[in-house]
Amino acid sequence: MSWTGKILRVNLTEGSVNAEPLNMDWAQQYLGQRGLASKYLVEETDPKCDPLGPDNKMIMATGPLTGTMAATGGRYSVVTKSPLTNCIACSNSGGFIGAEMKHAGWDMIIFEGKSPSPVYLYVEDDQAELVDASEIWGTSVWHTDEWLHNKYQDPLLRISAVGRSAESGCLYAGIINDLHRAAGRSGVGTVMASKNLKAVAVRGTLGVGNIKDPARFMQVVNENKAILAANPVTGQGLPTYGTQVLMNVINEIGALPTKNMQEVQFDGAHDISGEAMHEPRKSDGKPNLTTNAACFGCTIACGRISTIDKGHFTVENKAKYWGNSGGLEYEAAWALGADTEVNDLDALTYANFLCNEDGYDPITFGATVAAAMELYEMGVITDEQTGGVAFNFGSAEALAKAAEWVATGEGFGQELALGSKRLCEKYGHPELSMTVKGQEFPAYDPRGIQGIGLNYATSNRGACHVRGYTVASEVLGVPVKTDPLETEGKPELVKAFQDATAAVDSSGLCLFTTFAWDMTNIAPQLDAACEGEWTPEKLVELGERVWNMERQYNMQAGVTKADDTLPERLKSEQGAARTGPAKGRYSEVEKMLPEYYEKRGWNEEGVPTDETLNRLGL
Amino acid sequence: MQKALLIDPDKCTGCLQCELACSYEHEGVFNPSKSRIRVFTFHQEGRFVPYTCTQCAEAWCQQACPVDAITLNSETGAKDVNDSACVGCKVCTIACPFGTVNYNHSTGKVIKCDLCGGDPKCVSACPTQAIVYVDADQTGYEKMRQWAKETDNSPAASA
Repeated sequence: MSWTGKILRVNLTEGSVNAEPLNMDWAQQYLGQRGLASKYLVEETDPKCDPLGPDNKMIMATGPLTGTMAATGGRYSVVTKSPLTNCIACSNSGGFIGAEMKHAGWDMIIFEGKSPSPVYLYVEDDQAELVDASEIWGTSVWHTDEWLHNKYQDPLLRISAVGRSAESGCLYAGIINDLHRAAGRSGVGTVMASKNLKAVAVRGTLGVGNIKDPARFMQVVNENKAILAANPVTGQGLPTYGTQVLMNVINEIGALPTKNMQEVQFDGAHDISGEAMHEPRKSDGKPNLTTNAACFGCTIACGRISTIDKGHFTVENKAKYWGNSGGLEYEAAWALGADTEVNDLDALTYANFLCNEDGYDPITFGATVAAAMELYEMGVITDEQTGGVAFNFGSAEALAKAAEWVATGEGFGQELALGSKRLCEKYGHPELSMTVKGQEFPAYDPRGIQGIGLNYATSNRGACHVRGYTVASEVLGVPVKTDPLETEGKPELVKAFQDATAAVDSSGLCLFTTFAWDMTNIAPQLDAACEGEWTPEKLVELGERVWNMERQYNMQAGVTKADDTLPERLKSEQGAARTGPAKGRYSEVEKMLPEYYEKRGWNEEGVPTDETLNRLGL
Repeated sequence: MQKALLIDPDKCTGCLQCELACSYEHEGVFNPSKSRIRVFTFHQEGRFVPYTCTQCAEAWCQQACPVDAITLNSETGAKDVNDSACVGCKVCTIACPFGTVNYNHSTGKVIKCDLCGGDPKCVSACPTQAIVYVDADQTGYEKMRQWAKETDNSPAASA
């Protein structure tokens, strides 16, 4: 049936570790991963709880296809209440630990309470224990990974950990697994550290063997692998350039947010693009990119493995950064680069390495640095705060310093670690924070791509592209091309993308498959693997159920219609795009919002109606 | 014609589809820890290297086995483990210089690559052709072809 049917419940306050059966009725309604873990969070916690208090829970959850041979079936999600947004958070990661957790026999691990002292969880198949982590508390993710591998003398151990940023209170700390994959957004790592939980180390040797119809499963898996291979995005673009294939494309259509979103195009875009990562560096003749890499079971392999030039100022005499590690993907390159106007590819790669080494979100980090640069150029933030570092746009030195400070929480890093909303409020300019619900935007400008703006405004975890990636339609023409500058039809498009995404995020598969697949490709794989009948219609409805459940949680946590909006800079004439195909345009989010509520079956205040809730079984 | 596995690490992305296909074929379970082929990640170098049994002609494992449980499959050229004869003494795992014979504690037998009886599942699972199944006497053919192209100085060939 593909679920293991088992949950590991870890009470950190008591130090107890217990197995319990998975609620299979809920599994039929919420599938796994994002949906099912959110259901558990909703049922077991108060949405008004302090995200960093012991009453919040943190759930690591696999999907039914995690750990199987289904292409990209290696995902896991971390669901909790976010300290950055005070909304429900769900951060999704690939790598290998999700599959390992499943192979050890667990659908999910629920962490509750708070440990009196630092611990880590060690899981070996059906055995699990909390172990003293005082020797690794205060060290980086990379050090923690090495220490655990050495301690257990087991190279096959898979590890998720938080770094020093999370421990020192960075509100956008992520949980890094397998050295450079991340449940990156919304501060899920901050929650983990608040519980005194340093790491989760898993070794699974049981595998997944309970597929409902093995022969049919292998057949549909193979058919769908072939579809990914034949598709130009999943078969060529992503393996060759990674998500960085987008840098030049998005810049050309005038939707690359630049200089803290003052502009929509960046002169240095090519210098930090996927293409540039292939070009030999002037200094040592080697390209930034060594190879592409796959997560567990993934036949796309969009991951980037990169090096930094040993002579680059960021790594001089720092041998630990001379080898290969996780390279830039598009969102990171944008936030660290275009938004800060830094066009130094190696400096961006260095900052990205540090984001992995000490576990913090490069999107929110880069966007916060950009906001700080704007405040610095206005004279609001001065050398007094930055310790004499000139914090101008375009400064690779400032970016590198900021990354080092946030990694360890030192100096000005303490302020940068709170995100742009709190930073800009502190310095009296809340309008300069480019956020929704307290979370920074990713790399698509709502002035040049109207639908994505509506998605940002309504996303349940604050501004986020992977809640409803309408860019696929508005820019890439998947599944059908729509005009990025048009607002008509976008509310329906946003809803469709959001619901489908919630379903994919609950399956164990990667969202990137949807460049080539739709629900008619995913449903048969689930149906062959899982108990119950899984049709495309059922999946779409499941996605809508998850979306509405998250919405209800957020409203109980205090979100209102007033939070479903964008910063003034993006939705007013004064902030209109100054160059490119979107010149003169601003986001018309307010025009689209009422229709979005209507399509969702919500009232004018954005509250789901009883009829909608009943229809979805909520 | 006898065939052999040919592995090109340059093409490997580390996805483990081969391990999943192998464990599923032999054990009915998606479980890398039961796979006869393994992919090794060399993180610092940014390399992924699949590795499995090369089916030695004079196989150490075969010669070491005290109960003749490892035999030559004359159709495939593989050295197959006969489960009903294997006593799980693990001498073959010591004898093999490459580490590609391993003990499976859940069955009490050793496991090694048997080329899936002539239809290796790792090959069909691999999304990048990093593992291919080719003429066992011509495993160097593709490499020779590439070097032939390199050494040929005719403009037509290099165009």
